[in-house]
Amino acid sequence: MPSTAAPRLRPPSGLRLLQFGLGGWTALVLLFFYLPIVVLVAYSFNASRLNVVWEGFTFEWYRSVWANGPLLQAARNSLVIACATTVLAVVLGTLGAWLLHRYRFRAGRSIETLAAIPMVMPEILMGISLLVFFATISLPLGFGTVIIGHVTFSFPFVLIAVQARLRGLDPALEEAALDLGATPAQAFWLVTIPCLRPAIVAGALMAFTLSWDELIVTFFTADAASATLPLRVFGMAKVGLNPTLNALSAIFVVATAALVAFAAYVRRLNR
Amino acid sequence: MSARVELRNVTKTFGTVDAVRDVSLEIAAGEFLTLLGPSGCGKTTLLRIIAGFEQPSSGSVWLGGVEVTHLPPYRRPVNQVFQSYALFPHLTVAENVGFGLRMQRVPAAEAAERVREALELVSLTGLDARSPDQLSGGQKQRVALARAIVCRPQVLLLDEPLSALDAKLRHAMQLELKRLQRQLGLTFVFVTHDQEEALTMSDRIAIVNRGRIEQLGTAHEIYHQPATPFAAAFVGEANLLEAELLELDALNAQVCVKGGLRLVLPATAWPEGAKTALVSIRPEKIHVARQPVVAANTFEARVEDEVFKGATDHLLLATAAGTRLSAVVANESALGEIFHAGDRVFCGLHADDLVVLRAE
Repeated sequence: MPSTAAPRLRPPSGLRLLQFGLGGWTALVLLFFYLPIVVLVAYSFNASRLNVVWEGFTFEWYRSVWANGPLLQAARNSLVIACATTVLAVVLGTLGAWLLHRYRFRAGRSIETLAAIPMVMPEILMGISLLVFFATISLPLGFGTVIIGHVTFSFPFVLIAVQARLRGLDPALEEAALDLGATPAQAFWLVTIPCLRPAIVAGALMAFTLSWDELIVTFFTADAASATLPLRVFGMAKVGLNPTLNALSAIFVVATAALVAFAAYVRRLNR
Repeated sequence: MSARVELRNVTKTFGTVDAVRDVSLEIAAGEFLTLLGPSGCGKTTLLRIIAGFEQPSSGSVWLGGVEVTHLPPYRRPVNQVFQSYALFPHLTVAENVGFGLRMQRVPAAEAAERVREALELVSLTGLDARSPDQLSGGQKQRVALARAIVCRPQVLLLDEPLSALDAKLRHAMQLELKRLQRQLGLTFVFVTHDQEEALTMSDRIAIVNRGRIEQLGTAHEIYHQPATPFAAAFVGEANLLEAELLELDALNAQVCVKGGLRLVLPATAWPEGAKTALVSIRPEKIHVARQPVVAANTFEARVEDEVFKGATDHLLLATAAGTRLSAVVANESALGEIFHAGDRVFCGLHADDLVVLRAE
């Protein structure tokens, strides 16, 4: 049988035009998203005080971030609050999802709906209601109140992620563990939790990110000592744009990219 | 060490539904017992009651002479092979098999040795480090089996473990399970809806229907002496015919079945004092020929339909009186008798091959 080389198929010209058009559109969208960030990072190295003309390369603004005590303090606050929020949201969300999944009770559906409300409720409303609530029970504002506020709106994200995973999980897995001699606590810890890990990691990253850049709820629930980075930056930007903010934002961009890369790496590990 | 399993008057109610109704069952140590029935008949609930996943609403469960009714699953010397296999996805094959030993705090060196032995027993050496999602269906099945037997349970429970395998593999696994059971001398309680599986492997079969055990016996007994119409129809094929008593003497009972066919059967088989009963005739017990045959019951019939199935030929017969019967004839040789729709044939049926079923 004579071998015939398959002719390379060329798409008709109309299709090629469409492909070009779509490619161009995609490039435009990406440019729209990322150009401001590129400009922002570039100007963090600009010697000029103004974000308009390029006057030469400098690390001056990074030094000024480093020298800005209140700003660093705010960053530390943010980190502490985001970490505490993440831990609490993961524990609450995971246990909540498991209880709602494992035990059928009459109020189950209503609790699910109630838990989802903080996700859609306007933040300003949450901020005010939390402030009123803390004032009523005369709880002084500080780290505690900020963390409570952050956990309130971030744990539903963990709950929903874990619930979705639980629904796809074979109920026989837990029974198999019990059958092999694991107590219910061991079965939960050694089998259920590892099976839920991808959802827990996703939920934790979500909670951390939400807490890290939260502004409105924090505005109502923080005192001066527990002011977070977004709150401090917001205060600084009100006075006027400043290359220090550019430098700070550039640091943020790199940190976020690192976090996203880490999340992708964890996801690959789980596959 | 295998143990005797005993269920005493076990009833299980879910809401208003009786999944299991007053079941008493004794399974001997080292026996291969199959719970056979259609889906939703309560066979899986029975297994879950033995495993400890369900508490009976009333009645008691005994293992090796010890009552375990209220013992949680992790304190019972029983292990189960799940229908979905339920392998832990985050653990390797060896870690899956070793899970039970880890729970029992067996020393690491001994555990590793026992895991190796168990994997060897199910012919799965060399796959220790694989993760479950890298295994084929048949391999997963073997891992689930190894994981259950490595703990040396007194009873092994199997919940339709072969239903996800293709026909060839299923057949091979049936024989292997049977071999394994003999080799280990373990008590096996096997749940299935597949009658062929039950007939192939079991020492005894319990036919479960609507939460009750309809018949308990060897494959032979169940097939040749079905106790109820359900048992007769569920295992193998059967012509179930309503019969009316015409004449009864010391030796024979003469009956007239639905459609008008008259048949003779041993007087002892007929239930005392009954006017009517249900008669079961296995299709392969009807001898079909071109020439008249010699038997206690002979009749002529017309072939209404014929289906060729390779080893056998399935015929639908109608007698002159109008009784319809299905019959199976073996295709012994290519030159043998071949029947076609429309043929007139002679049929013979031995009196002993008629089974009278208990009136409902």
